[in-house]
Parts: sequence; structure tokens; C-alpha cells
Amino acid sequence: MDLTFSAEQDAFRAEARAWLAAHVPSEPLPSLDTAEGFAAHRAWERLLFEDRWSVVSWPSEYGGRDVGIMEWLIFEEEYYRARAPKRVSQNGIFLLAPTMLEYGTPEQKARFLPPMAAADEIWCQGWSEPDAGSDLAGIRSRAVRAAGDDGWQLTGQKTWCSRGAFAEWCFGIFRTDPDAERHRGLTYFLVPMAADGVTVRPIPQLDGETGFAEVFFEDVFVPDEHVLGGVGDGWKVAMSTAGSERGLSLRSPARYTEAAARLVELFADRGRPGGRIADDVARAYIDAQAYELGTYWMASRAADGHTIGAEASCNKIFWSETDLAIHAAGLSLLGPDAELLERSPADPGAGAGGTSAAGTGTGQADAYPGPWLDGYLFALAGPIYAGTNEIQRNVVAERLLGLPRS
Amino acid sequence: MRFAFTEEQLELRTAVRQVLDRECTTADLRTIVDSHDHGAGRSAERWAVLSELGAPGVLVAENHGGLGLTDVELVGVLEEAGWAGLPEPLAESAALAAPLLAAATRLAADGAAAHAVAERSLPMIAGGELVATVGGVDVTVDGLVTSTRPAPDVTQGTVVTERVAGASRAGLFLLAWEAPRLGWQVHAVPVDAVDVTAAPSIDGTRDLGAVEWTPWPHTVVASGVHATAVVGDLADRTAVAYAAELLGLADRMITIAADYAKDRQQFGKPIGSFQAVKHHLANARVKLEFARPATYRAADSLARQLPDRSEHASMAKALASDAADLAARVALQVHGAIGYTWECDLQLFMKRAWALSAAGGDATTHRARVLAAALDRLPPG
Repeated sequence: MDLTFSAEQDAFRAEARAWLAAHVPSEPLPSLDTAEGFAAHRAWERLLFEDRWSVVSWPSEYGGRDVGIMEWLIFEEEYYRARAPKRVSQNGIFLLAPTMLEYGTPEQKARFLPPMAAADEIWCQGWSEPDAGSDLAGIRSRAVRAAGDDGWQLTGQKTWCSRGAFAEWCFGIFRTDPDAERHRGLTYFLVPMAADGVTVRPIPQLDGETGFAEVFFEDVFVPDEHVLGGVGDGWKVAMSTAGSERGLSLRSPARYTEAAARLVELFADRGRPGGRIADDVARAYIDAQAYELGTYWMASRAADGHTIGAEASCNKIFWSETDLAIHAAGLSLLGPDAELLERSPADPGAGAGGTSAAGTGTGQADAYPGPWLDGYLFALAGPIYAGTNEIQRNVVAERLLGLPRS
Repeated sequence: MRFAFTEEQLELRTAVRQVLDRECTTADLRTIVDSHDHGAGRSAERWAVLSELGAPGVLVAENHGGLGLTDVELVGVLEEAGWAGLPEPLAESAALAAPLLAAATRLAADGAAAHAVAERSLPMIAGGELVATVGGVDVTVDGLVTSTRPAPDVTQGTVVTERVAGASRAGLFLLAWEAPRLGWQVHAVPVDAVDVTAAPSIDGTRDLGAVEWTPWPHTVVASGVHATAVVGDLADRTAVAYAAELLGLADRMITIAADYAKDRQQFGKPIGSFQAVKHHLANARVKLEFARPATYRAADSLARQLPDRSEHASMAKALASDAADLAARVALQVHGAIGYTWECDLQLFMKRAWALSAAGGDATTHRARVLAAALDRLPPG
């Protein structure tokens, strides 16, 4: 058991820290769910890519540094510590890429991974449909063979596609064999959003910004080379993405340990109130550390060659509830100020900047409500996306505890 | 960075599991709780096989007949003790008393006495011929306080240490108290110099006693700053040892309840097929999943004597206490009324979980300690 980092890992950390210190914008970028903010975040991704920081764990031929999962976690720690911008390309680099590295052809990897790493092509996810959310295998969007027999015609509707309002590409599952058992007749497609027949309708989220979108497909042609994995294997391929989404790659622990550190600062700034609220702060702080340790534990298992299966569902439940606990405690500390969206002009710290408590910013303890409200709103989505926590609990009960299916 | 056990570490743990599966059955535990007599279910055989494996001497140096291993090896052994509901004071003797004696000797403030006791006792503790236990320290939000008080209505100078585990079994008592004007002291008191009154616990296998003894100068093994250090270390070790047992207990209760939910039928199907039942058990499993690495890390920090080990120990105890409390609550609910009966084996583990969840500081107390440590790290101003 060795919980220390090697000299090489320390050097890697130092290099990442120095680069981030020199490059992270001093003022927070505009929200990535606006056209202006999307462009600004894309430019930031481009900067990361140019110095090979955008996808450190990828093979170098696709723009990465070929480093292991521990180094990726180190990079993430430094990234959050530096309060660098949110990753506008996260759906592609964290969710699609691991699946593509596993199932993609050499041509697909060469075609799609470099522009994904450079944020020249930003991806959204096309999974949920109006009538298929938790019951994902119930999707109805379909694909039929195109007339020329060189591809597929996609028809249907996807929804809750994060970054869908501005993305260039969509990865999604469509039904290719309506007669097969419902988990079988599905196929995983890579679809350009600019293709004929694609219509995007942005959907304002709880915060009023268009963080996700509905996407309509009307006889959209997709060539055979844009099928990921085998025809009819869509469910298996999609579950590999789902594993990444719930497990290690979507939510690195640094996100929570950094927010928890700021929570402790806020607790101090607010005069260290006692009683229940102190216990809430302590609990959130400890859960963030527990998530970090659990991640290193799981990453060590992965590094030893074990596959991470249903344990990923435990992760998803834990990080989403931890995120909520951290931000709910932050709002409790702010008391009657918690509903305020802006810092009061009378506040001596006004104008010092700062954004999401869990994301970016430059403020000290973020001792005004805006970032905590943003973080809370964001955290509220956690138990819903990437498979609701209720579905995850079913997975834990059935696969880890062996309880019978409903 | 490799946060995992080695093959050898896992082998020791597996060996303990195999022995306890055979030697520590629920029928054995039931003999103890049914008779209300801690002696009744005692198996000399059980302690002997554990001793053959070296369990009581995991932390004892090889030149004293022990395995010379660390808390990282011990944590898995204690998790197995928790899983089995082991009624012998393995945690107290192996994880608390043995390293306390070794530390007192190392600090050597009161060198001669500590050294003599250690030289005599450690080989016997390692071999299992002598069971040692500890007492006298309680963890509170405001710090460590002693549970050793002046005895009422007896000879001047006699004191009573409350809630000493394994009290009817121990041959050697390492007892802490805060002497008036002198601060913390730790004494090594042999069984013939104590008077034990049973203090029945909700957990009928815990063998608690109030221990009456007299602090003499010749029984002191640590005093002054050294005693303060030893007592602090004892609190941390208690937190980690009980956290490890609580992990095993939580796992056992979840397993018992899941097995029951697969078997018990209502509305024509196993109750485990209903989401309300599934989600209870999944929640307990998730808590356990994240209490484990924190406890293993705390054991590693103890082994390496890291500066943050106290905070890590508190984090482990907070998480493990909560995990076991939830597992107990959920397992009872999944069983329904049968779980509320004396007949159901769940009680054997549930009551131990309640006891150990509170012993050595409960979750709220340890959370407060962690928060205090986190606040101490903030830059001034």
C-alpha cells in the first residue's frame, strides 16, 4: 500500500501546476451555455490542446501524453485547484473517447479523436428520448438502411442533449432492428449536427441558460464508417460509455475536494457557527475526502487490471449526493443571503470576481451566494443525469448484492 | 501510488476468515448472549487457532515473538473479526494494548517499568497466552477525557475505569487516567491487582467491565508528555480498530439482509425484487463502499506515523460508524418483525455495531474533530 506519488508524478504535477498558473484566465469566462461563452471555452480548450494538456491520458498520436490514470487524477486535482474553466468538450473527451478507444476502428480513432482533443469538434450525447429516460432500452428513434446500401437513414427525436445547442457532433443510439429483443436491435452512431435533416431546439435549464437541447432527426444519412462497434451492439457499446459516465472519468474527485475546501473557508468566514450546520459542513468535507480515497482505491484496482463494473454505480450515487451536500451546506451558511444572485454593492469584496464554487473562479472563499447557488443548481442535476440514482440503486442491488430483477 | 493490499496481506485475511467461519459461528455467539455469561461461549480453541495464525501478535516485533507487521495487515484481520462478530478482545489486545506497550517502552520516559512489562508481556500477548486490554480514555468534541474516576466509598487512592472491553478475559490492563495536577498517566496493572465488576452492554459478547485499581508509582508505564502522546495514539488506534470491525459488521448485516430478501416471499415474489427494499440495501452498500478506503488509509497513516494520522483516524471512524449504523437500520427494516426477535441472528451483529459505533467516539464527535483539523489548516486571517 503506497499512498504517495512517485518523483515522476510529482514532476508531472509541478509541470501541470506551472502551466495552469501561467494560463488560466484571471477573469472567469462567460457561461459556456451562451454563444459567446461557448466560443471562449472552445478557445481555452484549444490552448490546453496546443500544450497537450487537454487529454493527458490519451495516446500521444491523438494529442495526449500517454500517462496513466493516476497522472490523469493528478492533472484533475491541479485543474480544479487552479479554478480553470469548465470543460466544454467533456462529453466527447470523457464519455465518447473511452468508448471509441475500446470499440472504434483505427480509421475512426484517427478521424475523430484529434479534433475532439482540440475542441475543433465538440460532441453532445443523443441517448434519452421523450419516452425513454431511465428506460433507455425503450428508445424508438430508428435507423434503416439507406437506398445506396452504404449507410443508414436516422429518424426520431433525442432530448436532454447537453451542449446540444452548439455542438458539431452527436453520439447516439438508434434502433436498427425493430424485431430484435429491445436491448439487442440497437446501434451506436456518430452523427454530424450539420447533416441534412437535423434540427436542434435548445432548451433553457433551471438557470435559464440553454445547457441542453432537443435534437430531431428526419432521414439523416450516416455512412457505415460512422457506426461505432457492430450493428446491433449499440447497447453493449453504450454501457461502456455509461460506465465512464458513472465511474471514474466524468467526475474526478478534485471537483469535490476543492469545493469542500472552499466550504470550510466559508464556514470560517461566517464565524464558525456550531450545532447542526457544523456537522453538515464536516460531513460534506469528509464525504469529499472519502470520494477521493475511493477513487484512488478504484483506480489502483483498474491499474492492476481489474475491470470496474457495477461499482461505478456506487460512485455515481456517492459523488452526486456529495456534490449536493457540499452546496446545500454552503447555502445554509449563507443563511438569508442564500437567495441573492449577485454580490451586494455594499459588500467590500464586490467586484473581486468568482464563479461556481465547484467549478471556476478567482474569489477567495466565495463568501457570497452566486457561486454557491450556481453550484447547487448544477449539483441538483447530478442525481438525475448519467442514469438516475434510482436506476443506479437497482444496479447496485442486482449486480453487487444479487437481488432478483423486478 | 498503489492503494491496494498485497497478495500476502490478503492471504492473512483469508486465513482468518476461514478459521472464524469454522470457529466463530452464530451458534457460538448465541450461546454467549443466551446465557448472559461471557464465559459460556468462550472457545479456547478459537483463540488458540487465531494465535497460531499470529493474529494477536500482528503488530508485535519479531524479536518478541510477533509477526512484526503493521496496521495495514491488521486492518483486514479486524474487518474479519467484525464480520464474524468475534467475542474475544482481539482488537483490544492486538491493535491497542500491544502497540501501546511498545510505544511506552520506546518513549522510555519511565523506562524501567515500561520496559520490564513489555519484555515480559509482549511475547505472551503475541503468542495468545496473555490477553491484554486498555481503558481510561474517552473521545469528546472538546478533546480526550478520562473515564477513570476516584472510586466512591473505598480506600483512599483507588480508582475505577469504566467500560473496559474484554474485562473478564484480560490478564493485563493498560489503564489511563488524568491524575490530579499531574496530567495523563498510563499504568500497567496485572489481573491480580484489579477488581472487575461486569458492566452489561447491549452487546452481550462485548464483555465490558468497570475495573477498580490503585495507581502506584511502580505501575506507571508512561507519564507527562509521553503519556499524553500515548493516550492520543490510543484514541487514534481505537478509532481505526473499531472502524475496521464496523466495516466487517456492516458487510455481514447487508449480506444477511440481502440473503433474507432473496428468500422471503410476499405478493408472490421475493421481497428483494421490490425497489423499496433494493434501495435500502443499495444505500447501505454505497456507504460501506466509501468507508472502506478511508479506513485502509487511516491504517496506513498509523503504520507510517503520518502527522495527519489523527484526522485520518477520525474520518475513518465517522464513516465506518455511519456505515454500520445504516446497515443495522436497513437490515432490521428489510427483515421486518422477524428481525425484531431475539431468535433472529441479525441481533448478534446489530448490537455489536451499535456498541462499537459509539465506543471510541461516535460519528458526530469524530466529524467535529476532522472539521477542527481542517480549520486549523486554513491560513491565518
